[in-house]
Amino acid sequence: MRTPAARGTVAQSALPRLRAPLVFGGLLLLFGVLLARSLYLQSFNNEFLQGQGSSRYSRDLEIPAHRGRILDRFGEPLAISTPVKAIWAWPDKVEASPQQLRSLAAYLEIDPSLLEAKLEHGDDFVYLKKAVAPEVAARVAGLGINGVHDDDEYRRYYPGGEVMSHVLGFTGDGDVGLEGLELAQQPWLGGIPGSRRVIINRRGEVVEDVASIRAPQEGRDLALSIDSRLQYLAFRELKAAVEANKAKAGGLVMLDPRTGEILALVNWPSYNPNNRARATRDRLRNRALTDSFEPGSTLKPFTIATALESGKVGPKSIIDTSPGTLTIGNATIHDAHRSGPLTVEEVIQKSSNVGAAKLALALPPEAMWDTLSGAGFGVPPRTGFPGEVAGRLRPAKSWRPIEQATMAYGHGISVNLVQLARAYTIFATDGELKPVTLFKEAGPVAGRPVLKPEIAREVRHMLEMVVGPGGTAPKAQVIGYRVAGKTGTAHKLEGGNYVNRYVSSFVGFAPVSNPRLLVAVMIDEPSAGQYYGGSVAAPCFSNVMGTALRLLGVAPDAPSNNVILPAEGAEIQEET
Amino acid sequence: MMVRLNLLLLAALIACSLSLITSRHQARKLFVELERQQGQSRAYEIEYGQLQLEQSTWAAPERVERLSRERLKMQIPGPGRIQVVSGGQK
Repeated sequence: MRTPAARGTVAQSALPRLRAPLVFGGLLLLFGVLLARSLYLQSFNNEFLQGQGSSRYSRDLEIPAHRGRILDRFGEPLAISTPVKAIWAWPDKVEASPQQLRSLAAYLEIDPSLLEAKLEHGDDFVYLKKAVAPEVAARVAGLGINGVHDDDEYRRYYPGGEVMSHVLGFTGDGDVGLEGLELAQQPWLGGIPGSRRVIINRRGEVVEDVASIRAPQEGRDLALSIDSRLQYLAFRELKAAVEANKAKAGGLVMLDPRTGEILALVNWPSYNPNNRARATRDRLRNRALTDSFEPGSTLKPFTIATALESGKVGPKSIIDTSPGTLTIGNATIHDAHRSGPLTVEEVIQKSSNVGAAKLALALPPEAMWDTLSGAGFGVPPRTGFPGEVAGRLRPAKSWRPIEQATMAYGHGISVNLVQLARAYTIFATDGELKPVTLFKEAGPVAGRPVLKPEIAREVRHMLEMVVGPGGTAPKAQVIGYRVAGKTGTAHKLEGGNYVNRYVSSFVGFAPVSNPRLLVAVMIDEPSAGQYYGGSVAAPCFSNVMGTALRLLGVAPDAPSNNVILPAEGAEIQEET
Repeated sequence: MMVRLNLLLLAALIACSLSLITSRHQARKLFVELERQQGQSRAYEIEYGQLQLEQSTWAAPERVERLSRERLKMQIPGPGRIQVVSGGQK
């Protein structure tokens, strides 16, 4: 029954005329909508979507950079930073059972009631404990308490403790230097963390490095001139001397006169940089560099050197110091021990104030000022330590005769201990002032000539007489070595008046034939009866110098007892 | 002819893609390993620092002195018991 004609008519009648264009138009419209949507996403929303996408696979990671170590001259570590954890919490988010809180307090070694108090603090962020060892932090994390978190941080440790504290200083939050060399050398020591972008996988592992955003800059190590063995020795002896003399404070500087390197620099009282809870402002001060004092007779060699250089006197010229007093205007200068006529050498040896004043008054003030200024007084010693003082040396034009006379024996001028030690490098070398430094030097350092070599040698000989028979400091002698030095005992100034409290000092070097070590000791307000530099500071000098020379293996230059004697208990006791 | 060439190219394409996938996978595996090793090297460095601290704590002059005096009964010889042996120079 079916015919082609009949089929054709059925098909024609089944398709309405507008159907095809309508479908076509509809599809086109839908395409248009899609196109518009994708245009919108691509152009207007692009950044947001890109960010969303990359946050699902890329991360910016911090590359940690630690602070450089501080080492002594042989590479022994003096300060090291090591990573620790800081445990903190959001108190209002903490959900913990009493049992969990008890273990938390036990792990952190804090009182449970203190922990509760911290957690009742409110909705703020609180540190529960800082500087926690990583193993402890792992145990805390193992408790799985919500709202308790940890952060990485660095803590700096000082194995030398109170022995090194004044030189090194310490760091604070974020391992940034706050005091001492840690502060001064912050740009050298401090590390700058870097950052890089990486791709991570589903498990959080880094699978690809995309870009380095910022390269980390590791902190650099710092090598000091300090010898930690000598530093410890100096600290032990200084502390013993301060305590034995019931003194308020003390300082000791040891340097190598050939290079100006500071081998030891100690102060007492000191503090422990690893635990600064009891460190008062007073204990923190590095007195040897930041405090100045009137040096007293330790300045006489500079007066004598100026007098010798003027050519007016020689070492054997006679100065009459009787009757042991000298009146200038309405002021009178006294000698501690009355003597008659003395040679210039003996003025140093017996430390005569009158003799030194008489010599000074025969000199033009400018000549004295030149020597003192040339020896580095009145300007900071520039060791690289923050806060060092310059001391006081007034211009020569303003000196009145009485001031010139008192300055001859170290009053009316103030210095710090490092300046005083440095000034003596003139006599330890042949008249050269060495620049002092706290950093290691590669070899001998050139100094600045201040005195003629022969005059430096003459003064060195006088300084050796000081420790010899008839001198003021026989207690400064060291067995087996020739020693030279000068005592100082100065009244303290309080409110513009000199009072009967003293600063005792001794500056000296050894072996005289080829000086290797120079030590300056200062004891502030000894109050156990003795106060002369020769009986307070000189024994400390002798102990430090003798042990240090033996420790360094310096060949003895004095005929000591070469005979081997049987052991004597008393003698051994004395040596220790 | 055309069909055989296409088949050959298809096979080459598949082989290349597979090798790309394996090398990419290898690279990621090696990279993860590198990261792990670098992390370990950092950990060793940290441990080295801690060991240095420990060593210098044990070797503190104060402790060495105390032990040599108390445990080893050592003493500093008196001046009478020291004999100087000078070498070639001097």
